[in-house]
Amino acid sequence: MAEHQITLPLSDDVIESLRAGDYVYLSGPVYTARDAAHKRMVETLARGEQLPIDIRGATIYYVGPTPAKPGEIIGSAGPTTAMRMDPFTVPLLEAGLKGAIGKGGRGPEVASALAGHKAVYFLAVGGAGALLGRQITGVEIVAYEDLGTEAIRLMQLEDFPAVVCNDIYGGDALEAGKAKWRHAV
Amino acid sequence: MREVHVDQIRDTVQRLCQEAACLLPEDVVGALQTARKREESPVAIKVLDQILLNADLAREEMLPLCQDTGTTVLFLDLGQDVHITGGDLHEALSAGVGAGYREGFLRASIVDRPFSSRTNTKDNTPPIVHTEIVPGDQLRIQVMPKGGGCENMSRFTIMLPSAGKPGITEFLLRTVDESGGNPCPPIIAGVGIGGTAEHAMYMAKRALTRKIGDPNPDAEEAEFEAELLDAVNALGVGPQAVGGTQTAMGVHVMTHPTHIASLPVAVNLQCHSARLKEAVL
Repeated sequence: MAEHQITLPLSDDVIESLRAGDYVYLSGPVYTARDAAHKRMVETLARGEQLPIDIRGATIYYVGPTPAKPGEIIGSAGPTTAMRMDPFTVPLLEAGLKGAIGKGGRGPEVASALAGHKAVYFLAVGGAGALLGRQITGVEIVAYEDLGTEAIRLMQLEDFPAVVCNDIYGGDALEAGKAKWRHAV
Repeated sequence: MREVHVDQIRDTVQRLCQEAACLLPEDVVGALQTARKREESPVAIKVLDQILLNADLAREEMLPLCQDTGTTVLFLDLGQDVHITGGDLHEALSAGVGAGYREGFLRASIVDRPFSSRTNTKDNTPPIVHTEIVPGDQLRIQVMPKGGGCENMSRFTIMLPSAGKPGITEFLLRTVDESGGNPCPPIIAGVGIGGTAEHAMYMAKRALTRKIGDPNPDAEEAEFEAELLDAVNALGVGPQAVGGTQTAMGVHVMTHPTHIASLPVAVNLQCHSARLKEAVL
């Protein structure tokens, strides 16, 4: 299991070096978006309009955090199910998205589009929101504030732990992991 | 007739919502520690270490274990000799949830008008309330914050009566396998067998309130649970679906007599952050 310290935004060199199943620590900026923000962004692109954020080279973290307690910048902030973003992911890849962080696997269409657009999908540990919130050192709402927890935030990550799920070579850590450990009863 | 005031019910629900979000039950922590000892996949071990560290941090700092603080599911076992006084029970339950989520800095995840505007209700209300009338003069309240990721993987079918154990086993395995990482394994699988369509799903969820390791009182069901757990763990899905030997912490079966023509089977999955808090008034 290779380990990498990665500085975001993702460069092509870094993307080429990653293999499904590698363990990574991510530092740098990501945008947050969930279902409602994805729907709006893709509708905006379909109308031929500009997105409210610069998606080129960016990484999106699928998260809707809990409200910050007084004196904190953020509450719990673990990943949500990535599959729900599948219907919106290809248009964002076409617009320049290079990375995504979520939990659970992606459909075949997204997996092949990731490879085709030289982008990667990372798994973070779902249900570890308190711990992962500690790896977030900056948060600012930058678009769709009316969506509340689903608003787009610009977040700064520091040593945020994740696993490469889909690499640009067609590798899928979940498929490989299951195949390795599946056995007859 | 013993009297219980709605203010006491409201305050209790408020407290339980906040505690449930931050304090992982001891049986779940124990089951995760056991899974950590048994797991063989190196990546899965790292995942389980993060999950256990997360539970420690959440407990020490009263932080929500997960950002998805769930749909608030309330199970009420209401003694038939209890008289609820001072107002409307359901208003009190909703008020308790609203205060618990607002003041506890928990995420409001409930939207109104589910097929159209999907407007957030801002305080996670209304809760889902299941009430059973039971003997006695006490009111037991259980609060289960149920995450969307695992609830979305619920499945229901009505099989031919002849499908029996093989049919149920195949259905559960397919459900867990296709769900992959979405329900946040290692999971607890609740399996409701028999009754009617809606009762089977209720049993599947209610079965999740049983502590991990508490034996099913029915010997045949207990044996079936053990077989199902081995079969689920043989799938290789593993913690967070990264591959591994520990896909489930438990399989909990609940049954009810059913129609001669039917074999209803419902599966309701619970994530590793299996939050549950109760109080008896």
